[in-house]
Amino acid sequence: MPDTATAASGLGTYLPLVLLLLLSFGFAVFSVTIAPLVGPKRYNRQKLQPYECGIEPSPQPVAGGGRIPVKFYLTGMLFILFDIEMVFLYPYAVAADAVGMFGFIAVTIFIVAITIPYVYEWARGGLEWD
Amino acid sequence: MSTLFLAQAQQEASRAEVLADDPWWLVLLKVVVLFAFGVVMTLFMINWERKVVARMQHRVGPNRVGPGGWLQSLADGLKLAFVEEIIPDGADRKVYWLAPVISSTTAFVGFAVLPFGPKVTIFGEETYLQLVDLPVGVLVVLACSAVGVYGIVLGGWASGSPYPLLGALRSAAQVISYEIAMGLSLVAVILYAQSLSTGDIVDAQQNGWFALLLFPSFVIFVIAMVGETNRAPFDLPEAESELVGGFHTEYSSLKFALFFLAEYVNMVVLSGFAATLFLGGYMAPWPISAIGDGYFNTGWWPVLWFLVKMLAFLFFYIWLRGTLPRFRYDQFMRLGWKVLVPVSLAWVVLIAGVRALRTDGNVGSTEIVIFGGAAVLLIVLLTLLIPERKVEVTDRIPLAGSGFPVPPADLEVPEKTPRQLALEKAERKRKRLAKAGAASTTSSSASADKEGSDDGDA
Repeated sequence: MPDTATAASGLGTYLPLVLLLLLSFGFAVFSVTIAPLVGPKRYNRQKLQPYECGIEPSPQPVAGGGRIPVKFYLTGMLFILFDIEMVFLYPYAVAADAVGMFGFIAVTIFIVAITIPYVYEWARGGLEWD
Repeated sequence: MSTLFLAQAQQEASRAEVLADDPWWLVLLKVVVLFAFGVVMTLFMINWERKVVARMQHRVGPNRVGPGGWLQSLADGLKLAFVEEIIPDGADRKVYWLAPVISSTTAFVGFAVLPFGPKVTIFGEETYLQLVDLPVGVLVVLACSAVGVYGIVLGGWASGSPYPLLGALRSAAQVISYEIAMGLSLVAVILYAQSLSTGDIVDAQQNGWFALLLFPSFVIFVIAMVGETNRAPFDLPEAESELVGGFHTEYSSLKFALFFLAEYVNMVVLSGFAATLFLGGYMAPWPISAIGDGYFNTGWWPVLWFLVKMLAFLFFYIWLRGTLPRFRYDQFMRLGWKVLVPVSLAWVVLIAGVRALRTDGNVGSTEIVIFGGAAVLLIVLLTLLIPERKVEVTDRIPLAGSGFPVPPADLEVPEKTPRQLALEKAERKRKRLAKAGAASTTSSSASADKEGSDDGDA
């Protein structure tokens, strides 16, 4: 297909997608801007406090130097690792028949290389959540 | 037959070329229709979900607003525009404003690559029922759902409040974890279709749905799809019993409505995506496709099949929500990282290996089955070598120190409670004081009377 699709493979192909993006973006911005103008305003100091049980709100996690569990960071790193793997697997999958056995062996080596740190993290308990 | 069809299609003009020749008014029409479709499907889905869940719980569900209660969600949406908007004091205002915009904008873009039908004629213009047929169509949907996470994380962070922050963190960890499983399950589909374009993937399923051909991928994709959209039983970011409302706790008015819209549009897009990738897209299901030499695969009929398949997935979402309880967070992450990711990795290697053998090595199906069976048997035998994990003996009920306030077994229960002891002590002290007072000459007659009566009791 590449030779027939050259005429339609320019960036112009993406134009309708950008139009849809602009329409939904415009709708979202419109809604967010119109809401405070249309709705009522009844000022009350209590309403502006963070939603929480108890009389005194707990220290703010954002401004007060609260800490985020390191688990999320680990998950994020693992995600990046696997995301890169995915990004490399897609082109292989598209061209799998063209590259044949050689490509398969190369991809298998790559997958094994990614799996080793994964197994290591699993064994070290990086995937435990409690 | 499929190759013949593909050859013909290529001779005429490729899908992308036909779509690139669309006049501007047709593009605009498609954009507006797609956007409206998203909004209408959201309004419909909210009502449908409430009604179906109500039926599952032997209730009636919304039945007041409009015919059969079907306008309830529209009324709720309009109401949201006219309620007060509260921005908490601790909020980072710019980011707080931006987050719902990001969420809802990216949600809609996925519609652009979904093929709704084959070639039709609209006002004399031949076109496909699809906005764009990109060579990277699958990636567009994945990218949109990935960027949508920014809306959730930023919204939770910018609220300046503990519950939204926790909800946002959970949501981010959840979406990225399940995105891996989802992405890996797609590799098999792409391998068989040999293309990333959604239109080509539909064409590749003429001889059989990928849901049957690649069943494990289908199962993993459906599970990951539910996890990706934060829906029950994986709705931990919005676990009411733990986190109030999750990342949108502090949002109100239309900003909240945008988050709601984004969630439902994401569900609709992913359902359509699943139908496209695994259930043959817009093509008629098997018995119907045989009628009249494929008559039901032409013209506007395919839109019906596509919508039916999409609604089937949406019903599945509702069904899950009405049936399953929510996962615990550690169970949920375990399922994602320790089950779905390894299984889909192994499946990808297997599929790619079989494919490479068949195209390159001139190996027939029987040899693959024999050697594959031998390999599976070897793996099963190898797993027997793995030492069994020791199970801790837990038949003894822990009496103390189990984390709960359990009294020790040898606890001596005193005859009198501390309160009784304290009362008696106070009584003795009072008597002693009273006696001392009686001995002195300054005691009043009233206290002397009382003292006398006390002595009488003793």
